[in-house]
Amino acid sequence: MNELIQLNLSSLTGRKYWRSLNQLADTPEFRQWVEREFPEGASELLDSGSRRTLLKLMAAGFGLAGLTACRRPVEKILPLSKGVEGYVHGRPLHYATAVETCGVATGLIVECNDGRPTKVEGNPRHPFSLGATNAFQQAMILDLYDPDRARQVQKQGVKSSWAAFEAWWLEQSAKLGDGAGLRILSPRSTSPTLESLKAEIAKKYPQSAWIEYEPVNFDRVLEGARLAFGQPLQPHYRFDKADVILALDCDFLGLDTLSAQPVRQFASRRRPEDGQELNRLYAVESNFTITGAMADHRLRARASDVAAFALALARQLNVTGAELNVVNQPADRERKFLAAVAKDLLAHRGRSLVVAGPRQPAEVHALVALINQALGNAGQTVSYTRPPYQPSDSLAAVQKLAEDLAAGRVSTLFVLGGNPVFNLPANADWAALFRKTTVVALAADENETWKAATWQLPEAHPFESWGDVRALDGTASIRQPQIQPLFGGRSALEIAALIAGRAERRGHDLVRSFWASQWGAEAEAKWKKALYDGVIEGTAFPPVDVKADAPRVFAAVQVALKPAPAGVEAVFYPSWHTFDGRFANNAWLHETPDPMTKLVWDNAALLSPATAKRLGVKDGDVLEISSGGRTARCPALVLPGHADDSVSLQLGFGRAACGRVGRGVGHRVESLRAASNFWFGPAEIRKTGATCRLVTTQEHHTLIEPITGLKRHNIVEEFTLGEYRERAGHGKHESHPPTDLFPEFDYSKGYQWGMAIDLSACIGCNACMVACTAENNIPVVGKDQVARGREMHWIRLDRYFSGEEDDPQAVMQPMACVQCEKAPCESVCPVAATAHSPEGINEMAYNRCVGTRYCLNNCPYKVRRFNFLNWNKDIPEIRKMVFNPDVTVRMRGVMEKCNYCVQRIEEKRSQAKAEGRRPIRDGEILTACQQACPADAIVFGNINDPESRVSKLKRQARDYSVLEELNTKPRTSYLARVRNPNPELV
Amino acid sequence: MADLAIDPRVELNPPLVTGGMTYSDVTDKISSIVEGKAPKQWYIAMAFAVPLALLLFACLGYLVATGIGVWGNNSPVGWGWDITNFVWWIGIGHAGTLISAILFLFRQKWRTSINRAAEAMTLFAVACAAIYPLFHTGRPWRAAYWLFPLPNEFLHMWQNFRSPLMWDVFAVSTYGTVSALFWYVGLIPDLATLRDRATTPIRKTIYGLLSLGWRGSATQWRHYELAYLLLAGLSTPLVLSVHSIVSFDFATSLLPGWHTTIFPPYFVAGAVFSGFAMVVTLMTLARWIYGLENLITMKHLENMCKVMLATGMIVGFAYGTEFFIAWYSANQYERFIFLNRAFGPYAWAYWSMIACNVIAPQFFWFKRFRTSIPAMFILSIFINIGMWFERFVIIATSLHRDFLPSSWGYFTPTWVDIGTYAGTFGLFLTLFLLFLRFLPSIAISEVKGVLHQQVSAGHAVHGGSH
Repeated sequence: MNELIQLNLSSLTGRKYWRSLNQLADTPEFRQWVEREFPEGASELLDSGSRRTLLKLMAAGFGLAGLTACRRPVEKILPLSKGVEGYVHGRPLHYATAVETCGVATGLIVECNDGRPTKVEGNPRHPFSLGATNAFQQAMILDLYDPDRARQVQKQGVKSSWAAFEAWWLEQSAKLGDGAGLRILSPRSTSPTLESLKAEIAKKYPQSAWIEYEPVNFDRVLEGARLAFGQPLQPHYRFDKADVILALDCDFLGLDTLSAQPVRQFASRRRPEDGQELNRLYAVESNFTITGAMADHRLRARASDVAAFALALARQLNVTGAELNVVNQPADRERKFLAAVAKDLLAHRGRSLVVAGPRQPAEVHALVALINQALGNAGQTVSYTRPPYQPSDSLAAVQKLAEDLAAGRVSTLFVLGGNPVFNLPANADWAALFRKTTVVALAADENETWKAATWQLPEAHPFESWGDVRALDGTASIRQPQIQPLFGGRSALEIAALIAGRAERRGHDLVRSFWASQWGAEAEAKWKKALYDGVIEGTAFPPVDVKADAPRVFAAVQVALKPAPAGVEAVFYPSWHTFDGRFANNAWLHETPDPMTKLVWDNAALLSPATAKRLGVKDGDVLEISSGGRTARCPALVLPGHADDSVSLQLGFGRAACGRVGRGVGHRVESLRAASNFWFGPAEIRKTGATCRLVTTQEHHTLIEPITGLKRHNIVEEFTLGEYRERAGHGKHESHPPTDLFPEFDYSKGYQWGMAIDLSACIGCNACMVACTAENNIPVVGKDQVARGREMHWIRLDRYFSGEEDDPQAVMQPMACVQCEKAPCESVCPVAATAHSPEGINEMAYNRCVGTRYCLNNCPYKVRRFNFLNWNKDIPEIRKMVFNPDVTVRMRGVMEKCNYCVQRIEEKRSQAKAEGRRPIRDGEILTACQQACPADAIVFGNINDPESRVSKLKRQARDYSVLEELNTKPRTSYLARVRNPNPELV
Repeated sequence: MADLAIDPRVELNPPLVTGGMTYSDVTDKISSIVEGKAPKQWYIAMAFAVPLALLLFACLGYLVATGIGVWGNNSPVGWGWDITNFVWWIGIGHAGTLISAILFLFRQKWRTSINRAAEAMTLFAVACAAIYPLFHTGRPWRAAYWLFPLPNEFLHMWQNFRSPLMWDVFAVSTYGTVSALFWYVGLIPDLATLRDRATTPIRKTIYGLLSLGWRGSATQWRHYELAYLLLAGLSTPLVLSVHSIVSFDFATSLLPGWHTTIFPPYFVAGAVFSGFAMVVTLMTLARWIYGLENLITMKHLENMCKVMLATGMIVGFAYGTEFFIAWYSANQYERFIFLNRAFGPYAWAYWSMIACNVIAPQFFWFKRFRTSIPAMFILSIFINIGMWFERFVIIATSLHRDFLPSSWGYFTPTWVDIGTYAGTFGLFLTLFLLFLRFLPSIAISEVKGVLHQQVSAGHAVHGGSH
């Protein structure tokens, strides 16, 4: 070998690099070795081996292959090497913000856990929230994490980018000239910054048009004010100052107001103990709304007959000074009702209030303004300010847009949010019209408008983007984002800035520079304060002192208000589930039952029992409703108390282009809705013969038992004011001390949690249900499982009708675990998975529960919820971000129920401990339902403290325990519903 | 005795074994079932039973993998067919121990030819019943041992002994254990007989092991009889206790329709009622398959019909009492729940129950029906159905409309409910058929005991060898 090496070295010229002596020697063996792919023995093995060996090796190979799975995945965790100042991991941060719905803003506080928003609360500083929220605001957080949101900029369905869109716009805008072909369609907005941008756009493109359209709007209210006062004005009501209220087709406690303020004000006058006189509410309405359920007297009338009622009332009160022609001769019952209302209103001059709903024509609103003025209510219970947004006749504007589109006069149409293709009046085929031009659609999800658009832009969620909004009275708030846009969406504001050609394009800069220009030198401090408070001080509009012009109203009314034709009419309402369709992909709202019908996951054509009988219609029969050549199909649902010859339809269902939750849920009725019958109009109803399964969480049960016909007592207690006063004179009714089998536990020490729920205040608005769902990670089970009785809500709203089927009264009862001291569930659990805390809470230890369901059977209130299946299976990753980290996500096979938000109690307990072991203050702990409640009907606190609010409530004469005779000693007691009927109408 | 003197034709003591069987005939007849080839009927029955048993396992597998939601259970009806079937099967299991223990203590010799099969039936019924308390839980993998007072790292504390479900665990497991012991102890001499007759080494080994070295010596017989008597004494209170305790699941709750003190005796009577019905169903079948007419005589069957008549009347009386007390208590919820049973959405179930449990046994007043095999077979089936409806009515109607009308609901079973129930029949039948095939289904030694009495009573029959 050495010789070979020598030989080879000697034969080299120049420098040679070698790897080994073998290579250097360059033997044939080495050459062979280099050429061989496999090492020695590798291939020989097979050559010489038998089939058996091969099989053995293969078997071993397969066996060993499994070993690779034994390796644990490598996961690295990294510590926060540099602490963020003031940030404590696990402690939530709260930011003030505000959102607008249909141009009405509400201030919110959003709880963020580790950078992700998880819970929405009302902002106590905001005049229209007062710390409360409605069900929609509670559910908004789920929309933020909706995996079906629009995620990607697209051009006609092909993936594109913001940069490409901006480049296209740069090119396109150069061709626009004076903007004759530019149209911008957006939802109603109160944003002052957007208003300034609109002005810029109008200046840059003088021939362009900006159209605002809301499928649910309050235009007619402003129009009515224009009729009465000569200028569009926003009325503001003081329900807390009114002793007598007349609501004309106005669900002011429900969907006709989008803030907590009227509810809070109204409810403050329903508590007989507060020393104030109980107010009295009269409602005239076609649908049975929650306002109707709160009313002391309710008159069923078709929506078109309400005008006649208003006229008759105006005549009775002689408000115009001229003889009004009453269009319809009222029936006996109506006349009696009218006389009593008129008398009551007159007896409470300056302390009464008449309100009309947004469905009613402008003339009715004008009449109402006149009536309020005549009653001396103006300046007392009603005041007027300039509206928070530029009023416009949106129906005329969209009609014009349709003509322009059809005539090809539009080259570029921007749609800045909303879903106009779905909910514009059905006078035109909007999808086809949109295809005639270049449509740039900014959309939150891949909705019908998105599908019809050329440029498809993902819209940022209100919790992802900067903005500013005005409340109904003008109070401005900064909308601060809670999280970076999850899918790279942008806000309408940012797109508007792009259209306006602004250099600054980021929402933050736009909003900040606008307000800086308003504030001048103090901008920095004011900005910080505005963000912190959630409201900008001094931005509310001052009340306008105006006087209604009676002759003008008189003239308008005489022309416009004609007798309503007899026959069936269809009325459109926003829905408790989807509002106008915007929440169609929100499972929380779909699963929260409609307050009156208790319907879930569907909409229905609501009919009165008499009308249903006349038409031979049963629940679930699919009806074809037609009007003016347009039709809609919707299953019927009989609602006791609904007006005869009227069918109530809920908007926002039957979304064809929607995420996986809302696709195909319900029936679209927008196809019936044109400019002429935008809110209501005559319709024909035909049974199609098809049926549709409607699922309700509660049937139309009353407290009257079937078979026996006896009334069940001790469930809902109701008194008239007179009965209540008599009872209050005797003091609180004390039950006999019953005998107990088990020894009494000493509850006299420490905090003892309890709750009082005021049935007089509760309006049944669902806010508590959705708040509880959000707070306690309550799963959604879907229509089919609700049909099987497996809904999971920890708090539900029981609705009981009483009286005649045609014209009943209704009462709402929030029902969650009442935390019995002698809990029937506890003694029957074999593994002691549900047990009492020393503070009186009946607690569930999910880990101990084996799921015998005995506790559910033995619970007389049926508030326990069982995980019949794994409801949390297959949840998309992003959807998991909404979970409250303080609350366990329950697995299948375990029982769960309300525990008074024990996580909130513990949070405040540790906070109090950290702050020098001080006692927890009364009102410091708010349960989720209590915090959301706009009526302040739920009060939670320490019943060991005689001075706590809850203790005081529990001492009242109308405090009672549900099913008291069972001796379960519930910690949640109820305050009886007190009605204030007019003696003349009883 | 005076009557006897008047009419000597009246047979005071009809023979318990007919057909002039000798000791060896008894041994041969019973052993041949185990030793010979299985008849065709046995294979047909197995072909029916085994797939059903497999269906049970399939349904249970699906249940455990998916959740209780595959059943029709809901809120407010937290228990549906699961507990209905549990109580029903436990009730079925009642007759075995009753026949074995109580009738033994009362020296009712007629029990001998049916007690073995009845005991086996008890065991298998308890096995079927025991499936439900475990699998009706949301997390059976936990319930399997968390319900027993074992020290374990999960619970860190004792179970809740106030819960009737805990009492159930003890009552059912004690009942199952004692029944199994009683049955096995009774089997020992017969197993030894099979061992002695065995022709193959496998049979010899297996029966040899099972017979625990039984030689039939006088000392062994003395000990054996004492042990059997003691076990009979132990089992007797269990017959009463197990169903009383099962009834506590309902009676200690506060639900109207459940919360009644009549439940323990009412449940025990119902259990005996349904247990005897099931024994009649099975015995008439076994008698037909194996031709055991001489061992399971009309006297046995007639006696069982009489027991059914008596217990059926007790049950009927209890139904009436419930209604009376509901009215008399003036408790609104109680009144409603009973009226709702009879006239509410579950009226069909209630009236099925009345027809099957109250009206059907009335036929047993007539000797013609008591001694007709088809009649008693059909009536026993009716009673089995009726007793199932009784449990269903108690559970479903009380739950579906309780206190708050807002939470009222309705229970509808799913295919898994039905499959699980049908499957327990499969398991029961499979086990019973295996028992018939491999173990002496009639107590050889005990039958010989009664045979001897008859011999000494004067019937000229030659005794056979052991």
